[in-house]
Amino acid sequence: MFDALTDKLQGVFSGLRGRGKLTESDIDKAMRAIRLSLLEADVSLPVVKQLTTAIKERATGDEVMSSITPDQQVVKIVSEELTRLMGGTNVGLAMAPTPPTVILMAGLQGSGKTTHTAKLARLLAAEGRAPLMVACDVHRPAAMEQLSVLGQQIDVPVHREDGATDPVALAKAGIAAAKRSGRDVVLVDTAGRLTIDAEMMDELVAIRDAVKPTSVILVVDAMTGQTAVDVAVAFQDAVQFDGVILSKLDGDARGGAALSVRAVTGKPILFVGTGEKVDALEAFHPDRMASRILGMGDVLSLIEKAQQNVDEADAKRLEEKMRGGNLTLDDFLDQLRQVRKMGPIGQVMGMIPGLSQAAKMKDVQVDERRIDRVEAIISSMTLSERSRPDIINGSRRRRIAEGSGTTVQEVNQLLAQFKQMQKLMKRMGKGGLPSMLGA
Amino acid sequence: MTGGQDDPGLGPFAQLFGLTVPQAQEADPEPRRRGLFRRLREGIAASQSQAISPQLAGIYQSALVSDDTWDDLEEALVMADCGMPATMDIVESLRAEAGEGRITSGAALGRALTDEITRRLAPEPARIPLGDHPTVILVVGVNGSGKTTTIGKLAHRLTELGQKVVVGAGDTFRAAAVEQLAVWADRAGVDIVRQSQGADPGAVAFDAVAAGRARGADVVIIDTAGRLQTQHNLMEELRKVHAVTGKAMEGAPHHVLLVIDSTTGQNGLSQARLFSEAVPVTGLVLTKFDGVARGGIVLAIERELGIPVAMIGVGEGLDDLQPFDAPAFAEAIFAPGSGTDA
Repeated sequence: MFDALTDKLQGVFSGLRGRGKLTESDIDKAMRAIRLSLLEADVSLPVVKQLTTAIKERATGDEVMSSITPDQQVVKIVSEELTRLMGGTNVGLAMAPTPPTVILMAGLQGSGKTTHTAKLARLLAAEGRAPLMVACDVHRPAAMEQLSVLGQQIDVPVHREDGATDPVALAKAGIAAAKRSGRDVVLVDTAGRLTIDAEMMDELVAIRDAVKPTSVILVVDAMTGQTAVDVAVAFQDAVQFDGVILSKLDGDARGGAALSVRAVTGKPILFVGTGEKVDALEAFHPDRMASRILGMGDVLSLIEKAQQNVDEADAKRLEEKMRGGNLTLDDFLDQLRQVRKMGPIGQVMGMIPGLSQAAKMKDVQVDERRIDRVEAIISSMTLSERSRPDIINGSRRRRIAEGSGTTVQEVNQLLAQFKQMQKLMKRMGKGGLPSMLGA
Repeated sequence: MTGGQDDPGLGPFAQLFGLTVPQAQEADPEPRRRGLFRRLREGIAASQSQAISPQLAGIYQSALVSDDTWDDLEEALVMADCGMPATMDIVESLRAEAGEGRITSGAALGRALTDEITRRLAPEPARIPLGDHPTVILVVGVNGSGKTTTIGKLAHRLTELGQKVVVGAGDTFRAAAVEQLAVWADRAGVDIVRQSQGADPGAVAFDAVAAGRARGADVVIIDTAGRLQTQHNLMEELRKVHAVTGKAMEGAPHHVLLVIDSTTGQNGLSQARLFSEAVPVTGLVLTKFDGVARGGIVLAIERELGIPVAMIGVGEGLDDLQPFDAPAFAEAIFAPGSGTDA
């Protein structure tokens, strides 16, 4: 997510580290780097200016200048400012005192409204509520069909009227239907719109006025650039939204839009969309995000991910093997695949404290394609080769390289690395970590 | 480019595809809708966007070019999502021109900026030649970028130009994506090759090309599911769709268009980079260019990867897709608002 920003800031501060005290020009250098990385992360320029001003003001104060560890002080300040800007603590979704709670979904075309309407409905259903989705996108071809299909997938009813052309009437009818059938949350999916399309913005206002939603949620694409501010302001002026869902955060977008939207409108980011599947919706944690930005790692998210994706029995079995030093290439492949299930390796590494920087270093670069090649190499080995790598001689190496579309050098490299790892495991198994460090 | 720009009609499309406008169309006395870029400029004026106009207005009105001017220009480019490297490049080359005494006023800077952007983005007008029968076009991009809509409009335009078009519903993942394309195919009056949701997209691509050949189509356009460029398995799938298309017809796909949303920030560079690594992207389609979204990311992409912009789209209407016109684009995002331009 915010990996690149993390690296940039770490770059700045590791430059300052070891110098002891900071001078004014050090601070300026740091501020310029912070400014640049925030801009590259798509944080909008006015927000960047506001942020760097606040950071600089605090960074030039006595607490930093006279500190023995000024870099840590600056990191702390940046972290606090980012967290503050993103809204402090996690905010939940507001529910109406008397049901049904009505949630109106709004956003630009292609931001992910329909998908996130379904994701939110699934989440609410999982919490024991009885949601109903209303298909009010009468403009995009097959949008209603899309919501219906998603509704079937998550087993949530959808109110739709084929051939209907009035989204206001549709929304009203949907809420009436929810009341009749005792559904306690109504999610109204609307058409995507361009902010300069006055007619479409008026339509959204008309829907809002007709259904008087408990919350209006703006769906913002995490890949949005500087426009995020304009978009947020336009929707804020038109419908006064209450919260934001940041979609498509599973890619490598740095997601500066999160900072911008929040800073400009003061509205909280409620959830983040982290994948194409209907269950890929997570609560937004500003503090976690800020510590991630600063390279402190996001261990909590990592643990959550691991719990979701790693089979516990498998992990136990693997651990025993590792302790015994009996790790085979097959186990290694297994392990590799387990980790990959958690997401792109770079993303996973970025969540580990201290590793977000390492993940970007040349030697340790976690190139997905290199991991592909490792998979290919191991897959091209026979079963006996995988359990007893010692038997892999020159001609076998050539065959494996050919079979996996790699080179003999790459096969050699992998085998050498594996051997080293086995040694390490054995040592760990015998005396645990201390003996390893002492060696 | 005055009349032509405000009433583009089919001419630019004929040029883009190396075709001639059919007689019946050419003789059509009915004026088309107002020009795309005219509407854009009006949109920008109406949007009260706080983003760029104030800085640029200041720049263009100033009689002198000072250090502040360059700072303002830099900010304007950053706010248009051009990214720092492309922004620095542009500012530096304009500064060099100014250093040689060729830019002495704000107005001159405005013209030089338009020229510079035009020079970078499209020294030559974009071309999508239709030399093969059928010519196969593969359309790729991240989720929600506007692939299906773009294909619908493209199919419509090609049909107007007398081409027989077949579209392949290769987005077998997203719910109702096939239905969405079917609606567009119906509107454009073209054949659609489809399978059910969840079908193998490679098989759909193969069938579409095979159907195109069998039915004597001139153009086959293949839709694909949206995918984030970091989703490894889906990018592998895209590679496969590309390879399978080549099995259905040697040399296919002849063009691979990457669709990018104008609101995209610096992630657009990563999109262009990783999609190009998976499949040979031949051109960009910039969608949802509404004047608030500036689409400056195409400058960053051009700088690093040299991929030209082939088409630009505004909204859902059929007329809202146009061949890319670099000077008009530059003017639309960097022109100092209304009143300066006829």
